Amino acid sequence: MFGGIDPSLLIASLIVASVPIILAAIGELVTERAGVLNLGVEGMMIMGAVCGFIAAVTTGSAVLGFLGGALGGALLSLIFAVLTQFLLANQVATGLALTLFGLGLSSLLGQSYVGIKPPLTPALPFGPLADIPFFGKVLFSHDWVVYFSVASVAAVWWVLKATRTGLVLRAVGESHDAAHALGYKVVRIRIGAIVFGGAMAGLGGAYVSLVRVPQWTDGITAGAGWIALAIVVFASWKPWRALIGAYLFGGITVLQLNLQVAGARIPVEYLSSAPYLITILVLVIMSSAKGRGGRGKVALNAPASLGQNFHASR
Amino acid sequence: MTATELLRVEGVTKAYPGVVANSDVSFAISEGEVHALLGENGAGKSTLVKMIYGLVKPDSGRMMFRGQPYHPSEPRAARAAGVAMVFQHFSLFDALSVAENVALGMENPPPMKELSGRIRAVSTEYGLPLDPGRMVGDLSAGERQRVEIIRCLLQDPKLLIMDEPTSVLTPQEVEILFKTLRQLSAEGTAILYISHKLEEIRALCDEATILRRGKVVATCTPRDVSAREMAELMVGATLTPPARAGTPKGEVALEVRGLSVASPIPFGTSLKDVSFSVARGEVLGIAGVAGNGQDELLLALSGELPAPEGAVRIAGRDAGAIGPNGRRAAGLVAAPEERLGHAAAPDMTLVENALLSGLVRKGLARHGFIDWGATETFAAGIVKEFDVRTPGTHVAARALSGGNLQKFVVGRELSQAPTVIVINQPTWGVDAAAAASIRQAILDRAAEGAAVVVISQDLDELLEIADNFAAMNEGRLTPVRPVQGLTMDQIGLMMGGAHGMEVAHHGH
Repeated sequence: MFGGIDPSLLIASLIVASVPIILAAIGELVTERAGVLNLGVEGMMIMGAVCGFIAAVTTGSAVLGFLGGALGGALLSLIFAVLTQFLLANQVATGLALTLFGLGLSSLLGQSYVGIKPPLTPALPFGPLADIPFFGKVLFSHDWVVYFSVASVAAVWWVLKATRTGLVLRAVGESHDAAHALGYKVVRIRIGAIVFGGAMAGLGGAYVSLVRVPQWTDGITAGAGWIALAIVVFASWKPWRALIGAYLFGGITVLQLNLQVAGARIPVEYLSSAPYLITILVLVIMSSAKGRGGRGKVALNAPASLGQNFHASR
Repeated sequence: MTATELLRVEGVTKAYPGVVANSDVSFAISEGEVHALLGENGAGKSTLVKMIYGLVKPDSGRMMFRGQPYHPSEPRAARAAGVAMVFQHFSLFDALSVAENVALGMENPPPMKELSGRIRAVSTEYGLPLDPGRMVGDLSAGERQRVEIIRCLLQDPKLLIMDEPTSVLTPQEVEILFKTLRQLSAEGTAILYISHKLEEIRALCDEATILRRGKVVATCTPRDVSAREMAELMVGATLTPPARAGTPKGEVALEVRGLSVASPIPFGTSLKDVSFSVARGEVLGIAGVAGNGQDELLLALSGELPAPEGAVRIAGRDAGAIGPNGRRAAGLVAAPEERLGHAAAPDMTLVENALLSGLVRKGLARHGFIDWGATETFAAGIVKEFDVRTPGTHVAARALSGGNLQKFVVGRELSQAPTVIVINQPTWGVDAAAAASIRQAILDRAAEGAAVVVISQDLDELLEIADNFAAMNEGRLTPVRPVQGLTMDQIGLMMGGAHGMEVAHHGH
């Protein structure tokens, strides 16, 4: 115990706090690895939050709620997919518009759900494991979504690294022209990646409204989507680094809350802005670190076709 | 020849809105034959091979492959049938390893370890050594091409299509490639070879089909006809080589001394201690395999990339820190290689594009307002003088074909009465007749007293128009030598691109 903060509780709560960001970031990572820059993560998350909330309240099942959240995020991302992949709209502008649209639509959909409690998502029963001192609390006291988020990172890492699907996905993000010349369906693969990203962001959003906050209010995701976007870059498009980044951000968020409670003599505003400031700082340091050949390390790993639209000419 | 027929193309036609790319094209290739497909840019060669490779569907006509009807709906089907293709613009992924790149081009690649072993085995068998673990972005142009070839060879193709394979290679690398191709042909693989380098076709190919405006205009046996005859069949007219007047050299107009700058281009090459000078009336040709610092040299000379103090001097004045407009004012004009996006703004009209570079030297603005009338006249003058085929000066640059846009951007620079001209790849992708007129225009400006630096990968072009010759290799420039008396061997050594070329070639 330092200054009234219990380290095992701190770690356990930082793991929970990071889940929405991990889910959204790993989805966006796959989208970006396929060469698509979808800045609408925040919009897809909040759509997931509201759809998940409505589905859970209506059906009374938290699991169906998460499915509804994933579906909500995926449907919104489909709009982005049609606009950018078929109509060749600018990805940055479309992504920003998607966020604004998602914020507005979620507020409309959620109007009659303010003040309701969603069904609970209980911690998985690990039996005696949960009673191990320290580790029991840190590792074995969470709900299924926490374990799912870590598993999804592992799965994405393995698919990108070791499977043909992953190789083709990376190839499309690296050079869509070359991939097309070899006969790969660039647009189809990209739509798949966009929808995956949308579903994961929706899942992350649902975790906010069903577990983190357990209620619906407008703008409930509070910028988590933007943090997820930043973490993808910070992680230089590598899944495990995204996990570390999300835990770092989650850790600072939880720490500042604890510091506030512990009565640290720093104004609250500084503390609550700390996670964002530190994330930005880390991003800057990472991207200015020079890699081989004078390029920034982050830049060295960015998918070469990121943000460029593809149109098969002749 | 009594070899069995492998591929027969009969009456194939393909039309795009506004153009007929191929009209009633027929030809046949036998097993083990090296068949050349010849034609100017836009003659329909690329469309034809894309149909054979399944990237484009013909409107009518039919193809037979090994006696069976053949109409591949996608490259996958073509590869399954035994057709492989090495692309003109490499279809490689910079940030992936050699083995990953090869795997992407195969239908059912074996696990990575096994694949790496096979890449090593096949690459040594054909004298094209390659390390499967290396990043493709770090390879030289010649090595990158090997990756493409190995990718094809691993699938045991019956027909190998090569689209302008030698345009990025040094003479030594071309020799190695030809040995490999001859070895393949001796093993029974047919090769469809697209090029407009006529001497190469004479050295390598058994038969040739010549296309002009989408139609087959002739077939011939390249060994039995001269390069000139083939060129005239291609163009459909008699060619006149550029005439040059022996002009006396004037004072030094451009001097570069100890120029070292880091490359702003990803995977680019930094310039290392580059020194040369060009006098008025002189044409300096700079050769080199693509990616050895030519793009960076152009940037440093045009002023887009600031140079250290004193490293670049125009007419004796230091221009190191001066930007592109300042250098234009001092008399230096530059035409970069990349037409769309660098030399021209794709969505702007020809008039606007003429303004962008002509503003300073032609005085196209008064008190901050654009003089559209004068700009219009300037653009129309370029179109007329350089025979740019366009409906008018108000069409977007993007709408012009590559060759026509090249004539426009080169013409735009040459029409500004410059004292120093820097051009990268003046005739890249331009047909023979237009190339000849661009070269003539360059020589005319030199005769009028301009100092000219021509950077090109086309050695024949450099030898034709340059007085002096130098080569770039990994960002360094060789000493400048007079063109007269240079042999192909010396040029090859100057280009120095024989990376790992000493490896023995294993035959059978």
